[in-house]
Amino acid sequence: MAFSSATPLHRITAISSSSSSSSPFFKPYPSQLSLQFNKIASCSPKSFALANHQMGLDKAPVLHDLSILQRPDSLGRFGKYGGKYVPETLMYALSELESAFKALATDHQFQKELDGILKDYVGRESPLYFAQRLTEHYKRPNGEGPEIYLKREDLNHTGAHKINNAVAQALLAKKLGKERIIAETGAGQHGVATATVCARFGLQCIIYMGAQDMERQALNVFRMKLLGAEVRAVHSGTATLKDATSEAIRDWVTNVETTHYILGSVAGPHPYPMMVREFHAVIGKETRKQALEKWGGRPDVLVACVGGGSNAMGLFHEFVDDKDVRMIGVEAAGFGLDSGKHAATLTKGEVGVLHGAMSYLLQDDDGQIIEPHSISAGLDYPGVGPEHSFLKDTGRAEYYSITDEEALEAFKRLSRLEGIIPALETSHALAYLEKLCPTLPNGTKVVLNCSGRGDKDVHTAIKHLQV
Amino acid sequence: MAIAGNSAASFLQLHQKKPHSLFRLNSRNSVPFSIKSSFNPPMASLAVSSSTLGLSETFSKLKKEGKVALIPFITAGDPDLSTTAEALKVLDSCGSDIIELGVPYSDPLADGPVIQAAATRALARGANLDSILEMLNKVVPQLSCPIALFTYYNPILKRGVEKFMITVKEVGIHGLVVPDVPLEETEVLRREASKHNIELVLLTTPTTPRERMKSIVEATEGFLYLVSSIGVTGARGSVSEKVQSLLQEIKAVSNKPVAVGFGISKPEHVKQVVGWGADGVIVGSAIVKILGEAKSPEEGLKELAEFTKSLKAALL
Repeated sequence: MAFSSATPLHRITAISSSSSSSSPFFKPYPSQLSLQFNKIASCSPKSFALANHQMGLDKAPVLHDLSILQRPDSLGRFGKYGGKYVPETLMYALSELESAFKALATDHQFQKELDGILKDYVGRESPLYFAQRLTEHYKRPNGEGPEIYLKREDLNHTGAHKINNAVAQALLAKKLGKERIIAETGAGQHGVATATVCARFGLQCIIYMGAQDMERQALNVFRMKLLGAEVRAVHSGTATLKDATSEAIRDWVTNVETTHYILGSVAGPHPYPMMVREFHAVIGKETRKQALEKWGGRPDVLVACVGGGSNAMGLFHEFVDDKDVRMIGVEAAGFGLDSGKHAATLTKGEVGVLHGAMSYLLQDDDGQIIEPHSISAGLDYPGVGPEHSFLKDTGRAEYYSITDEEALEAFKRLSRLEGIIPALETSHALAYLEKLCPTLPNGTKVVLNCSGRGDKDVHTAIKHLQV
Repeated sequence: MAIAGNSAASFLQLHQKKPHSLFRLNSRNSVPFSIKSSFNPPMASLAVSSSTLGLSETFSKLKKEGKVALIPFITAGDPDLSTTAEALKVLDSCGSDIIELGVPYSDPLADGPVIQAAATRALARGANLDSILEMLNKVVPQLSCPIALFTYYNPILKRGVEKFMITVKEVGIHGLVVPDVPLEETEVLRREASKHNIELVLLTTPTTPRERMKSIVEATEGFLYLVSSIGVTGARGSVSEKVQSLLQEIKAVSNKPVAVGFGISKPEHVKQVVGWGADGVIVGSAIVKILGEAKSPEEGLKELAEFTKSLKAALL
């Protein structure tokens, strides 16, 4: 298990080889992975060197050799980030959750059941799709340019990556004997995913959603109700995602003995950042296998949008110890970084404690949490997962931001060039390609996490776009 | 005089510990905080140093007298800071032994609708830590009972843990309760609080396993805050019977005073909890509601006085 107290060497083995049998829990399809993936392919001459990293796997550890650090450690910290900053009432439930999670790692029946659901219900594995026309679009006049691949999490059941985590946590809740499920939601995607799995497993489902968000994502509200969930409007504070999260935590504090809280991202108190990452890590694991199949190498650059950070961690985690794989997260710059109306936590935030974790967050001079803005509700969170804060500080991953306008352009662009309507959240990652691709050497392999489809966003798009 | 002695001791402590804390800044466990490059000479803060007893001292005194502490909670800035100033005086004169003052926060995880609403109103009126401290600077010298601040962690971090402690000590705060920092994460807080003679009160709840409860009571300063029920703040119809057995468990392992809070809203509750052996009773939402829903601040203060007296009567 990646997060066990194994020795560093053992950990490197466990993490770097995706199909390592030391982590049976998270293998997507045990029957399909073959031993060849234990060899880490050393081709891919187009690897993009950030600083002065050498190619190859036998290099000396650099200053921040993350493979030596446990991510997270036993207190749930990634460096100084993470932890469990919650009322005392929740502490026992959190340690119970962590124990249950670790126990399930060696529970083959659980793993088999989860694999089966991921395959037959969610529709995994999701394709790694070569976006030919998008690649053409980024070719320079001399014909050179990177190759763009899209990891199609938008093709999952419910239309986003969110279901990976929801399904696994619902199974976990059943093992814990908890029949009541609560969740927070911003865009509604995580709410829909949670309502979906609760219907599938026959669990009582209550979703907390900011009153403001309910208005702008009315379709998802209907979906959740149709699936049998109760959607509770949160009017306190700014009536958006952060307030829904606070209210969900309060519900959990009150009902902790009967209730499991399906947190939707890699944020919140330990063990959530680790758990949610592990449940989404299938994205990166499949990508490694698919990259090997398609071009016999690894991706050179990974790009993903970052709200709380779950789809990005799902793609990145597999490759964190592969020094020559560059990782880029893209946040929402809303109306612009200087406008005061954005959600670019890692760029403009400061370190503090929000919803149980020490991480970067958007706050005012008095330490009050401020309301962010993004056209995409899923990125509209004033915090970010603590592991992203850690990856940023250690320089392992880079984080940039994209405005509402740029995201809308990218939303249109992918629709026109590939016939794929992406979620507005995903559009932020797609928009960054405009800035990234001109800098990439010929043939660089870029894998972008297409984290969701945009059907849910057409009402918003109609207000802003002429088509 | 005891106070001069305390301040002199803390002055010495500051000088001794300062290089140590700079070293700490680089340690993996430290959270970022700013150290003022030049301290305000602590001698200047002597003038504002509270003449009241600290939290533990208050409990010791009450124990000798065979009394149980009345500890009301109000949110600073609701309906406004000047009413809060008056409310503190009213609570003091009506027999409160310690007062908990809540610093309003945008995302109060441990609070139910009443205190949430109070915080939102206070923030909307512009209450912030500086304005609260300014108010306290004037009011604390007029009070005979000590004040403990109830605040979430982020506002402390934003200011810088050490700077926060210095600033609140300067206005005469004796204690601190931070509900979203569990035992494992209290190291930095406890170190800085004790350096500045502020007692950091820790909480234990009905879901806390016994071994953990023992560690918590060992580490708490001032008193142990026993949360009466599984949930957030807010008045409840009755106090859970579990409180009785929890009090017995705690008393079996520690002599530190235990105050029970969350949900206590009537004199009957107070009587019940006293009968079970509590050393202190904390009443929050019921009082916050009176001030928040009153037709006018003056009405609110009048009702507050009556209510506080009725609670005090239940303790006698």
